[in-house]
Amino acid sequence: MDTISIRAPSMPSGGTKTRRRMKTRLPAALALLPTALIVLVVYIGCMLWTVRLSFTSSTLLPKLDWVGFAQYSRLFANDRFLTSASNIVIFGALFISGCLIIGFLLAVFIDQNVRGEGLFRTIFLYPYAMSFVVTGVAWQWFLNPALGLQKLVRDMGFESFTFDWLVNQRMAIYTIVIAGLWHGSGLTMAILLAGLRGIDKDLWKAAKIDGIPTWRVYTSVVLPLLRPMVVTAVVLLTTGVVKLYDLVVAMTLGGPGIATEVPAKFVMDHLFERNNIALGTAAATIMLTTVIAVLAPWVYVRYVRPQGRHA
Amino acid sequence: MSTAVPQGRRPHRLTAGRIGVYAFLVTAALFFMLPLWIMVVTSLKPMEEIRLGNILALPAAMTFEAWIKAWSSACTGLECNGISVGFWNSVRILIPSVILSIIAGAINGYALSFWRVKGANVMFGVLLLGAFIPYQVFLYPLVRIFSLTGIYNSLTCIVLVHVIFGLPTMTLLFRNYYAGLPIELFKAARIDGGGFWSIFFRVILPMSTPILVVATILQVTGIWNDFIFGLTFAGRENLPMTVQLNNIVNSTQGERAYNVDMAATMLAALVPLVVYFVSGRWFVRGIAAGAVKG
Repeated sequence: MDTISIRAPSMPSGGTKTRRRMKTRLPAALALLPTALIVLVVYIGCMLWTVRLSFTSSTLLPKLDWVGFAQYSRLFANDRFLTSASNIVIFGALFISGCLIIGFLLAVFIDQNVRGEGLFRTIFLYPYAMSFVVTGVAWQWFLNPALGLQKLVRDMGFESFTFDWLVNQRMAIYTIVIAGLWHGSGLTMAILLAGLRGIDKDLWKAAKIDGIPTWRVYTSVVLPLLRPMVVTAVVLLTTGVVKLYDLVVAMTLGGPGIATEVPAKFVMDHLFERNNIALGTAAATIMLTTVIAVLAPWVYVRYVRPQGRHA
Repeated sequence: MSTAVPQGRRPHRLTAGRIGVYAFLVTAALFFMLPLWIMVVTSLKPMEEIRLGNILALPAAMTFEAWIKAWSSACTGLECNGISVGFWNSVRILIPSVILSIIAGAINGYALSFWRVKGANVMFGVLLLGAFIPYQVFLYPLVRIFSLTGIYNSLTCIVLVHVIFGLPTMTLLFRNYYAGLPIELFKAARIDGGGFWSIFFRVILPMSTPILVVATILQVTGIWNDFIFGLTFAGRENLPMTVQLNNIVNSTQGERAYNVDMAATMLAALVPLVVYFVSGRWFVRGIAAGAVKG
């Protein structure tokens, strides 16, 4: 609301005034210059370069010919890419909804004036501090059928118990989801708990007077009030989904077979190992397009429209 | 006691309900603790015990051998110098990256929230959008640029990359914090004749301690946990701990030494865990500042 215009409202914008203002702002402009260059060269330049390369026939070295959409039609006929795409949809849907549900439940239960709240919060959030590589290695160890969970349950007397998702082509992607949920639910909990703490205490008195059961208050009143926090959590989780790479590399390396390949890994493999730059950049461009389509409206509403300074 | 004024969320009348609440929380806590528990106990067991025993059980014959081996002699491919190499590489990457990215973020945030520079908001918008774009979109051209300038696969290169990709979050963090400071402060400093840098160093920076702490927590954990940049830009000589850990664990020569793997994993997790436990609420505040307020 309060703008930082230092000039008086009715000041005529004479030439000397403008020049002086420009002079005092020069250090500010210079300070922003490196970032502006990085935005221009890296964020815009490299992005356009990648898009451009996806229309070429580059393999080991970049070429600047033009093959139209040939790489894209090759991409959508590529089993590995199609598996990657469907995997990221499965992972994204289960990971985001799972984190929201678990995070919401944890936040609500912690919010019941429980003892040792700090301890519970610490336990639920600590996985978020660890890297995906650590997360992947830990879960790979726990879920490996030979010595992990399966053996544990079998040794307890359930001889026929089977839990081989990690090495099962159809189920392996769900082990990645489990590890992801372990890593990310605490974050959702922290964000939603902050939201719960911001809710007016009178609401609970009013609900109590009206005799509304607690769970109903949570689902019908509190949840809608938490909307901004839910949106924030979803945005954060979504960026995590798009970046999904380290977890897969550490946990399954895309296997068994190509069962847990994801787009980010497809791009990396084609750029740096399989010497197929054009196909890799085409996949990267597909990722870019998807992200922009999903996030551009949100970023516009949230950051670009309310211009300038506001608390 | 039961007739007290109704306050708070749920009155404590249903003990069964209370038990349910605690049962849920404790079960969840056990699930969250499980991987850490098995990592720790596995790292303290000899291999025979791991092959035969229960994955959850405490070690019968506790030994720190695996930790020592993981630190100083575990193999990544042909080299067997342990994960300590990666640890020191990560430290060498971490310190300049954290310092430089925070300086950059603070200056940007200050310039953006107090000085009206033409086009600054557009730049900021693009930068923020950039935060959501998958890194894969930038990597190949960046590699080419760095190869051309001759710094590819060096410490300078990986530090630069961390600074570049830390810009959106750091700028956002400081911009929002500074936007919350009273504008009168800045106006007064302007009237006193303060320029861009003198106001920054004398007025703004001394008030920035909380956000500097938050930024440090965010960057230390973020950069320490990075995998993809280290893998792509650091070069063989500077591979960070995460990459080395992955190489140790997923190197397929011989029988896998799970105890060494787990000790190495714990070592790699140590720095962010210490940051997390020491910083406590600040960590949450960091996430909140980077997310909710943004």
